[in-house]
Amino acid sequence: MTVAIYLDHAATSPLRAEVLEAMLPYLTEHFGNASSLHASGRRARQGLDESRESVAAVLGAKPREVIFTSGATENTNLAIAGLAWAGSARGRHVVTTTIEHRAVLGACGNLERHGFEVTQVPVDRYGQVDPAAVAEAIGPHTTLVAIGYANNEVGTIQPIAEIGALCRERGIRTYVDATQAAAALPLAVDDLQVDVLGLSAHKIEGPKGVGALFIRQGTNLIPQQAGGSQERQRRAGTENVAGAVGLAMALELARGDAAAMAAESDRQRGLRDGLIGRLAELPDGELTGHPTARLPNSVSWVFAGVEGGDLVAALDLEGVEASTGSACTSGSAEPSHVLLAMGVPPERVRGSLRLTLGRTTTADETARAADLVATCVARVRAAAATRPTESATAPAGA
Amino acid sequence: MARIVAAMSGGVDSSVAAALLAREAAAGGDEVVGVWMRTHPDAGEGWEPRKSCCSSEAGDDARRVAQLIGIPFFVLNVEAEFGAEVIDAFADAYLEGTTPNPCQACNQKIKFDLLARRAVGAYAADGVATGHYARIAHRDGAWRLLRAHDAAKDQTYFLWNLDQRQLAATRFPLGEMTKPEVRALAAELALPTATTPESQEICFVPAGDYRALLDERRTYAGEPGPIVDASGQQVGTHTGYAHYTVGQRRGLGLATGEAAYVREIRPATNEIVIGTREELATTGFVADARHFIAGEAPAERFEAKVRIRHRSTDVACEVTLVGTDRLVMETREPVWGPAPGQSAVLYRGDECLGGGRIVRS
Repeated sequence: MTVAIYLDHAATSPLRAEVLEAMLPYLTEHFGNASSLHASGRRARQGLDESRESVAAVLGAKPREVIFTSGATENTNLAIAGLAWAGSARGRHVVTTTIEHRAVLGACGNLERHGFEVTQVPVDRYGQVDPAAVAEAIGPHTTLVAIGYANNEVGTIQPIAEIGALCRERGIRTYVDATQAAAALPLAVDDLQVDVLGLSAHKIEGPKGVGALFIRQGTNLIPQQAGGSQERQRRAGTENVAGAVGLAMALELARGDAAAMAAESDRQRGLRDGLIGRLAELPDGELTGHPTARLPNSVSWVFAGVEGGDLVAALDLEGVEASTGSACTSGSAEPSHVLLAMGVPPERVRGSLRLTLGRTTTADETARAADLVATCVARVRAAAATRPTESATAPAGA
Repeated sequence: MARIVAAMSGGVDSSVAAALLAREAAAGGDEVVGVWMRTHPDAGEGWEPRKSCCSSEAGDDARRVAQLIGIPFFVLNVEAEFGAEVIDAFADAYLEGTTPNPCQACNQKIKFDLLARRAVGAYAADGVATGHYARIAHRDGAWRLLRAHDAAKDQTYFLWNLDQRQLAATRFPLGEMTKPEVRALAAELALPTATTPESQEICFVPAGDYRALLDERRTYAGEPGPIVDASGQQVGTHTGYAHYTVGQRRGLGLATGEAAYVREIRPATNEIVIGTREELATTGFVADARHFIAGEAPAERFEAKVRIRHRSTDVACEVTLVGTDRLVMETREPVWGPAPGQSAVLYRGDECLGGGRIVRS
């Protein structure tokens, strides 16, 4: 079998060679605990400090405003619970949207169980939130607005700066999960006017298991994990130095050169639009998410009469690695809450397909993938149409 | 090259079946794709899932086996279809006063229909393989379903509804093996399922108590009613007709001197009729929904052997085709307690001819 065409960069991305190279010393000779006083510890601490400076520079933040975590899910839980509890004396109302990642839904659910009120602001048919609707949802007891920068399933980009500004005017904290946005969208936290912003390394050719959280100076955030005083007492636990070094290097490589980043985004946007054009030729399907305000690497679709999991399996066996975009590849029966919230007809929601490109994706790969999607959609549809027995009561083989 | 989908339950039989196919594939045979079907939901978040055949724990085992034998592996969610075609049908059978046949329903509606069709669609496969103990051969111009070599494990009783199209696209790699051989091979291949215990219970009724399920799926709580004898005399009280099956002896709560069995269930009047062992014996019964694997019956009237429940002995009989879908069986010696809803499966020598579903006489 030939090497697979990997079009699932929103799930995770391959580790970039330069990143691995930067990490290796911290997995071998610089093994020290960054909190130790001795030379080995100091060496590790240096790697951690340099990484923190590097990440802070990309965000336009101060190094002391950046902590390292285990990734986006921890970021989300720490930020939402940490900010909500820190503000709980002033109010217990959190505003979020109907299309957030399950980590956001779960963290908000935890708060609800403790008496907080959570409002989910609806989105339009493209999955976009109207800042005016956020403003409207904010009440006297609101302390936090939590929103994803770009949606992981459909790639729609939210007007974060506008939402950041309106929250700041009202003295409300903001948490923005920028995991999917990290390779392509503006991240300057002062422009975005956000208080807390999360990143994850493995979506941008870094290692899995490490994330970074920007916490604006002066923002109270209650730690969610008991233990030592690491990461300015915001995140207990021995620092993952190699991970932090990997994250910093991945972020630097992706964003260090603004012109190169813009060129790469344009290149991916071109491939994306080519792919969208090809898929639009297929019958009974449609693009999900915003046609233009979407991540340069994200193509998401729904096909009528198709089970997304079947389509992904079919593509896999043809050498194209894709996703349904939601958790149903793991065999869950739940349809995507994101697509439902966008008003995609329930009979189409199950037929979702997400193709997400990366730096290493070529035009030849997206062209071949488009052909194979056409083949597999037709095949899966044909098989679904041959269903002979619908009724449980029909006598068998009579 | 052809491609075959191996249905993997997470038990030892389907694991070894897949392993045998993977071994053939490595030697240039058909490519193999492993599939585990999620048939019912997991326990809630944070709770240890119940262990049964087809639990998510069994799914984990199936995935490990697929990794070890080096085949692609997918999870197929069939909760909706399994719920309707197997679980609801199971509950409905009890509510109709009949005995359900969930394994047969799962084979007919899920493994050899839904899976087979989706496998063809999604995996561009040419057929399905399972860990059933049965054999397939092409003889005298038709595909034949044959008993397994291991008579103690033969599962043709649950497969009588297969047709020519399905048999042509089905593989039973264990048909010529015995259970000890299968276990030995699993151990030799160090499969994590080598010592998985035999599943004896119905996979979606782990504790063997289906009463809760009737309530849950069909809001049937059970209404007490009379237990009567052959003369119509009330001899006891039952908890609800659907809680009983024909042939049942235990749990009747009767203090009669002689052993009593459920002979008949009357949903319309909520009555359970009991009888002695002799009273449950009969030499004639009728089945509907008849099906012949070869496509047609051997004759309008023919000799065969009939089996009326899994693991019971086959009895010689004369079979007559009546009407559009009925079979009338007249046995040479008495059979005991043919239960409406159960399969009557017909054999000739090592061949399973087909069968029907026993109806109330």
